[in-house]
Amino acid sequence: MNVLIYMVPIALGLGLTGLFAFLWALRSGQYSDVDGAALRVLSDDDIEKTT
Amino acid sequence: MTEALDLSLYAKPEGNGTFGMELAVDGIACGACIAKIEGAVKQLPGVTEARLNFTNRRLHVAWLDGVFRPSQILTTLERIGYSGHPFVPLRAEQEEAAEARRLTRCLAVAGFAAMNVMLLSVSVWSGNATDITPETRDFFHWASALIALPAAAYAGRPFFESAWRGIRTRNLNMNVPISLGVILALGMSVVETAHHATHAYYDSALMLLFFLLCGRTLDHEMRRKTRAVAGNLAALKGETAHRFDGDELVRVPVAAVKTGDRLLVKAGERVPSDGTVLTGNSEIDESLITGETARRKVAAGATIYAGSMNDAGTLTMRVTAGGAATLVDEIEKLLEKAASAKSHAMRLADRAARVYAPVVHLTAALTCAGWLIAGASVHDAVVTAIAVLIITCPCALALAIPAVQVVASGALFRARLILNSGDAIERLAEADTVIFDKTGTLTLPEPRVVNAASIDPALLQQAARLALSSHHPLAVALSREAALRTPFDGATEEPGQGVRVMIDGVEARLGSASFCGVTESAAPEPGMSQIYFAHEGHNATFAISQWLRPDAAAAVQSLKVLGLDLRILSGDRSDAVRPVAEALGIRDWLGELKPAEKIEMIEALKAQGRRVLMVGDGLNDAPALAAAHVSLSPIDAADVTQAQADAVFLGENLTPVLDAIVISRRARRLMTENLWLAVIYNAIAVPVAIAGMVTPLIAALAMSGSSLLVTLNALRAYKGKS
Repeated sequence: MNVLIYMVPIALGLGLTGLFAFLWALRSGQYSDVDGAALRVLSDDDIEKTT
Repeated sequence: MTEALDLSLYAKPEGNGTFGMELAVDGIACGACIAKIEGAVKQLPGVTEARLNFTNRRLHVAWLDGVFRPSQILTTLERIGYSGHPFVPLRAEQEEAAEARRLTRCLAVAGFAAMNVMLLSVSVWSGNATDITPETRDFFHWASALIALPAAAYAGRPFFESAWRGIRTRNLNMNVPISLGVILALGMSVVETAHHATHAYYDSALMLLFFLLCGRTLDHEMRRKTRAVAGNLAALKGETAHRFDGDELVRVPVAAVKTGDRLLVKAGERVPSDGTVLTGNSEIDESLITGETARRKVAAGATIYAGSMNDAGTLTMRVTAGGAATLVDEIEKLLEKAASAKSHAMRLADRAARVYAPVVHLTAALTCAGWLIAGASVHDAVVTAIAVLIITCPCALALAIPAVQVVASGALFRARLILNSGDAIERLAEADTVIFDKTGTLTLPEPRVVNAASIDPALLQQAARLALSSHHPLAVALSREAALRTPFDGATEEPGQGVRVMIDGVEARLGSASFCGVTESAAPEPGMSQIYFAHEGHNATFAISQWLRPDAAAAVQSLKVLGLDLRILSGDRSDAVRPVAEALGIRDWLGELKPAEKIEMIEALKAQGRRVLMVGDGLNDAPALAAAHVSLSPIDAADVTQAQADAVFLGENLTPVLDAIVISRRARRLMTENLWLAVIYNAIAVPVAIAGMVTPLIAALAMSGSSLLVTLNALRAYKGKS
């Protein structure tokens, strides 16, 4: 079971990465306009018109 | 408009020579509006950034200083069909936003830690049932401790701080048993781990924190959402004043007006600030201040109050400090008295905590003593006592009430009610007597055409459309009937007379009787005003008066069915109150009441043991709102009054008052149910814990099960209307 000695820290490290990713997203305002983000994805005015 | 609008008050420097401003935007309907608004504003020369927050309907604009006047944003928004108004977020809103972010961070940390520790715990539990070696178990326990201790120290702070405040002020709240449970569970687990024991409670402590933080975060988000809407509504009133800067007239936001400023108040505008009249003659409508619908004549030297409506004349005024006005002074004195006399109804959750905490702690102490007497070792007795504390840790109890509150305030929000105070739901549910103010509460805040039904619809539409070209209060009231919202081209207004325009080659006139060339008729009822219309030999006379909210009669009827005692207390003349009371079938009514008399009536009712719900909008109602058990006010109410109300309702209807009672009564019932659920859970779990049979697995199952149960029960408050 010695494999646990490094498996557990790796698992924790992955969890921590997720936690910090969430905290970063929170800080950078990714959650400040959740309704708007859902609608902005539908707007296509960033695509250059070919006609 | 030639008059410049000065918005410098709202512009904030953002570095690199740019300035920024927040605007509340009204009229946003769909996702396409985002691109439309941002696109139009970005095209203005000098604008560097425009970003619309669709969730809270706010636009942030940044521009380079010098080249750009911020008032252009407003005109641009108007041109593409939206209305916007800049605002500074209230301090309370900013503080709440900071607190919400903090809670979310705590929730994230607690969630991460709880999941990882649970992973390790499940391994230990299954290992205990099979063949885990003591070394592996110790390793897992120490790993859990490494995650749990720092995580709990961070995520538990909101509870620890509140518990510490409670202990210092000798006021037991629910956070005391929570904090004690968490700290003891972690402390005991560390000691047990050091002694190579089989059981540790790291997962219980973290799960408890995680569940409770879920409840708190949701509660906070809901409050923040309603506050953002309230902030937008306040900003969108867009109150501005015309200020003389030397001889030049500048339009400024009311917030920028200072004592000593000279202001111009045009016909049909609200007086922006308290002050004295310098020049001009007019009549002003003070219904928002005193509830009195008859207008008062004012001339130079007269004192006028913010919120009153200027009628036909133009006034110049000097702004005086609020303290100089006697009426406002009196109201403030009464407010102070009412607020200090108000017995703060103890919240259900605090009452439960006050009973719960001592019982739980006593049970734990007795368990410890009992086991010692029965001959158990000190270690075993203490471990069992702590297990009692962990299992009774009021997870379900602490969620029982907030969960219902979150769901119920969501339901209230959909019924167009915005809560100002957290415990308003409980107090609304207790109300047995409803006192209405008349003007602006039972009646619409703005006057309406009352004889529209008896007038030829085509003629009414023509007159209403012509009325759009005038600022006269009567014309503004008439213009609300217009189906087509575009004014006639070429309409001209003759000040003090009326407006005229050519329709199909024939002149149409709207205004006074002499201006329209018809004979003046007497008003059908006292307090009504009339405006005349003439076109191609057809005449019409529109009677304009304050009238009942469209659903007032139905709402009042339903309130009676709920068994509430309804009354009207008004500051208006009795002549004006009687028809309203008769139309609604309310037998108890009184008119011509002063603010102090309203309070006396409420105090008398309270002395009889009644719980009074006061619904009012005028400045004169503010003390009564503060004195009542619970209070509501419409969104058009005076600012001071709105600040006193426990909740504010939107729109033209009175139905939100009914919904408020129905929803909060149901919520209150669910709160009680949830408390009983928590009690039943404890009645089953505590004997097991006292017997020393609780393992961490049982604790985890019991805690999550009971939390889930009360949360599911709380969701039943979601239904909006009965």
